Amino acid sequence: MHEQLGPRHATARFRVDGAPGAAVCLMPPPPGIRRVSEAVWEVPTSFQAGMRVPIRVFATDALLQSMDDAVFRQAANVATLPGIVAASHVMPDAHWGYGFPIGGVAAMDPRSGVISPGGIGFDINCGMRLVLTRLTLEEVRPKLRELVDRLYDLVPAGVGSRGFLTLSAKEFAEVLEQGAGWCVRRGLGNDDDLDHTEERGCIAGADPETISPRAVERGHHQLGTLGSGNHYLEIQVARPENVVDPTIAARLGITLPNQIAVMFHCGSRGFGHQVASDYLQAFLRAMKPKFGLETVDRELACAPFSSSEGQSYFAAMKCAANVSFANRQVILHRIREVFGAVLGRPASELGMRTVYDVAHNTAKLETHVVDGKRRELLVHRKGATRAFGPGAPGLPRGYADIGQPVIIGGSMETGSYLLTGLSSGATTFFSTAHGSGRTMSRTKAKKSFRGRDLQHGMESRGIYVRTASYSGLAEEAGAAYKDIDAVVAATELAGLSHRVARFTPIGNVKG
Amino acid sequence: MGFEFVEDGVTSDVTLRAWGPDLGALFTAAADATVQAMVRSLDSIEPALHKQASVKAEALDLLLLRFLEELIFWKDASRLLLRATAVRVRPSAGGYAAEAELCGEPIDASKHDLEADVKGVTLHGLRVEPTNTGWVAEVTLDV
Repeated sequence: MHEQLGPRHATARFRVDGAPGAAVCLMPPPPGIRRVSEAVWEVPTSFQAGMRVPIRVFATDALLQSMDDAVFRQAANVATLPGIVAASHVMPDAHWGYGFPIGGVAAMDPRSGVISPGGIGFDINCGMRLVLTRLTLEEVRPKLRELVDRLYDLVPAGVGSRGFLTLSAKEFAEVLEQGAGWCVRRGLGNDDDLDHTEERGCIAGADPETISPRAVERGHHQLGTLGSGNHYLEIQVARPENVVDPTIAARLGITLPNQIAVMFHCGSRGFGHQVASDYLQAFLRAMKPKFGLETVDRELACAPFSSSEGQSYFAAMKCAANVSFANRQVILHRIREVFGAVLGRPASELGMRTVYDVAHNTAKLETHVVDGKRRELLVHRKGATRAFGPGAPGLPRGYADIGQPVIIGGSMETGSYLLTGLSSGATTFFSTAHGSGRTMSRTKAKKSFRGRDLQHGMESRGIYVRTASYSGLAEEAGAAYKDIDAVVAATELAGLSHRVARFTPIGNVKG
Repeated sequence: MGFEFVEDGVTSDVTLRAWGPDLGALFTAAADATVQAMVRSLDSIEPALHKQASVKAEALDLLLLRFLEELIFWKDASRLLLRATAVRVRPSAGGYAAEAELCGEPIDASKHDLEADVKGVTLHGLRVEPTNTGWVAEVTLDV
């Protein structure tokens, strides 16, 4: 077998006009695109040579217009991968990524298809955790600065940050295999946290033998750290007017007016990046000589899923996923310590419970119905959140009839959402958006905004921010992102997820 | 020899362009750009300790990628901010090799004005090419 996976396309640069935040895509939507329903579009296989399946885009007219041309090119490249089933999916928050667009979903036949690190992302199991409290804004507001300051001190963020745990090589290997469960067994959480974490915080089949020493050296002291970039930890409030579905909100624990929540976004840190880099380069070396595969973009380097290379990466990816679950569990432990100390009551008395922890950079074997038949598929979700509907296997007992909670983080200036999965989400193998989606490059954002100005402006609007880097803060300005309300509305219009509540930030720790 | 950050690069990360009269200078400039993505002032890094870097690859662009990965490795593994000096790039069996001395010191937030945490070097748009006056490279860093 010697396959050419479609022609190389020069990537058109996304051009923006001069006004900060006013990102305007000057590229027309791809030729041949047709509207399937109000927020679903299809780009035919004729768009690019070698496409095995069409592209399905989930977006409103406005979001479609704002997508950069590279999203469609990259989605088309994904559509050329061997074994892809049904379509190359593009979420409403999609933007230019490496190999896959961020906001890309592709399911592969595990017998004939490939696994690609570019379909998962460098930050393996980057994800979101939402924690509710029984506190209200009125109780927390007087203590807000102290809470954020203590969180900033105890949840390290930024360049070279290290966690408070010192793990031996043996202990770190246990984390790779056991994920968040290792933390709970060490007293850094409880079983209820695991019950409300995707895969109960541990993906089976992780094999430390597939991990390079460099990955271990980079990652073994980073548990409990946020990282930087778009990673954050926020104290948020669910205002009554922002509770969209009070019945489901109550089922998920939102029962008080102006109830306080904590939401955080982070992943597998240097460890996951090293795993992705190691295997990307290994696949590049093996692809053509061993498997006769060529890709149009080196970031789409892949291996047959059934090959020893593919299986090794899958086992290594699970290690990184488990590190990420453990990282978020340790961070939650620190959050509980801070809230308990600042508010003078044990965290258990503050009602601090995990609503859900969900990944948005993974590949998983799942069973889905395709053309009326149940099939096991390898579902790549890169910058896309799993969103199982009601009745799906593996949901926490209390959520079985309402669907899986979905957490979509917005920019630090706007807000974030709690949603649930829907039965109609089968069209994307039960996947939905993961965030706002950037519209402006970091370099441009850094030139357009000043971190200290943003900090002062946000404080005047009631959001207290601590950051490890003011330029990093500038890069995360709200105007550098799409409108989170529009993204979330599009997921609902497309039948991918159902809005439950919107959370407004009042305190933020930024990496 | 020099570098700049590209404004219309990948939206979620940092793209750098580096140049130099020879490959050693090019690699030095790209290394400085990578470190400057993490710390505002390169001059704030004192050459208090030294490490050796030695990498090989089948192509020049992959050699640069692996070379820059060394800086990221030391940043995460030992909390070191290191700059590359005395970079030598040469043909090697099956491709190319680069050796350099890396000089720097441990990260100190009170002294180093820290910026983005660079986590990886990507293959996206990665290129190392000759020009009329030397060499140019474009690299996108994952942050």
